[in-house]
Amino acid sequence: MQPVLDLVGVSKTFTLHLQGGLSLPAVDDVSFAVHAGECVVLAGPSGAGKSSILKMIYGNYRCDAGRILLRHDGTTTDVARAAPRTMLRLRRTAIGYVSQFLRAVPRVAAIDVVAEAAAHQDDDLAQAEDAAACLLRRLNIAERLLKVPPATFSGGEQQRVNIARGFLPDMPVLLLDEPTASLDAANRAVVVDLIAEKKRQGTAIVAVVHDDDVRTTIADTVVDITPHARRAA
Amino acid sequence: MSVDEPLLLAKGLTKRYGRQIACRNVSLTLFQGEVLAVVGESGSGKTTLLQLLSRQIPADAGSVSYRMRDGVTRDLATLGDAEQRFLFRTDWGYVHQDPALGLRMAVSAGANVGERLMALGARHYGSIRATAADWLDRVEIPRARIDDAPAVYSGGMRQRLQIARNLVTSPRLVFMDEPTGGLDVTVQARLLDLIRGLVRKLGLAAVVVTHDLAVARLLSHRIMVMRQGEVVESGLTDQVLDDPREPYTQLLASSILPV
Repeated sequence: MQPVLDLVGVSKTFTLHLQGGLSLPAVDDVSFAVHAGECVVLAGPSGAGKSSILKMIYGNYRCDAGRILLRHDGTTTDVARAAPRTMLRLRRTAIGYVSQFLRAVPRVAAIDVVAEAAAHQDDDLAQAEDAAACLLRRLNIAERLLKVPPATFSGGEQQRVNIARGFLPDMPVLLLDEPTASLDAANRAVVVDLIAEKKRQGTAIVAVVHDDDVRTTIADTVVDITPHARRAA
Repeated sequence: MSVDEPLLLAKGLTKRYGRQIACRNVSLTLFQGEVLAVVGESGSGKTTLLQLLSRQIPADAGSVSYRMRDGVTRDLATLGDAEQRFLFRTDWGYVHQDPALGLRMAVSAGANVGERLMALGARHYGSIRATAADWLDRVEIPRARIDDAPAVYSGGMRQRLQIARNLVTSPRLVFMDEPTGGLDVTVQARLLDLIRGLVRKLGLAAVVVTHDLAVARLLSHRIMVMRQGEVVESGLTDQVLDDPREPYTQLLASSILPV
């Protein structure tokens, strides 16, 4: 079976023009593939570029070299070169992403922050809200918080809203950036269960996880992305 | 975003004021349901671009095409007067930074909203008033204020009324020039939330000119960064703001104050 996601020789360098054109290599020649139902965990020291890889797959960061091939709906798209409009469509239909931190929009209730991720038309918003409430309850968000904008929530609560937002829509690819970092043991276990369910549904997952227990439980494959230069040194 | 042809298509737009170039060779496409933010500092040419796109000023060079409601894309320069008026009065909206430019300050809020409906041929007083009242609800203006003139409204209410007046005819494209400029932050947040919700619900396409990158991030799918009349960088909003490539965009992005 062909992989859902295929990274081939992916590299990225940040050029900081305000620092006299300082060049910061972020990711160097990374290749790996992710199949449906597989969870690939990226390993490497802090600063190795693990989050940057997730961001490139999501189109949040540009990719300087290499290809990021996504197979969806019978077509293959190179995300690294996709037009903005294509990328927006893929985010609605193919790629879910749980970022490290929730970017909360003012005045939008937690339940709607989550529901909006799954509802693209107004008419299915009610249905999405039910599903969002279910998922938030499962992640132990108190009932009274559902209608409250998450800006005032604790770090852990915000992260759980963010997780619900990423997990609610059914996407063939799911990117997880330290989803359990600020969670207690009980909520960590819920997230591990959610990941297992996604894998059974055939979701291809790429995750960055620092917690050893979580990593061993969820990972089918571990990809070390320590930069070649540093590896050689 | 079902239709695969762009709603608005601009090619090589250029505008000079004397020896000053306000807008140089700007091209863009906008699809149904898409929000494009145009950002840059004062004098970067972003408002000129908005006026060129909406045909309020003539371009020295370049063209603007629009997919009309019958599905045919037309060069706007070839439209007759009646067709131009139809676009302005019904299919397009234009939200000015200063609501006094987009409203009739001395007539009632209800009449401000109803006027655009009457331009479409609505004549029944009761139904015009009911539609106006419904739109006041949607922009969170108390119905009790329907007979007040916007001259006695607060700045935030005026801006919400201007939005209602624009959206009542179900336009497909809305131009916004600094829609939240000059408002208190709390009023701004409410207005942004309202615009965001309406754009999403109605599937509007919009071109939003703003100098506020936070506004751009919140409202837009795509972004164009302008400087001295030229487009410096463009792309997905979050990509350009989180991974800016050009020196000027890096300067802009790094100048956002953390909250």
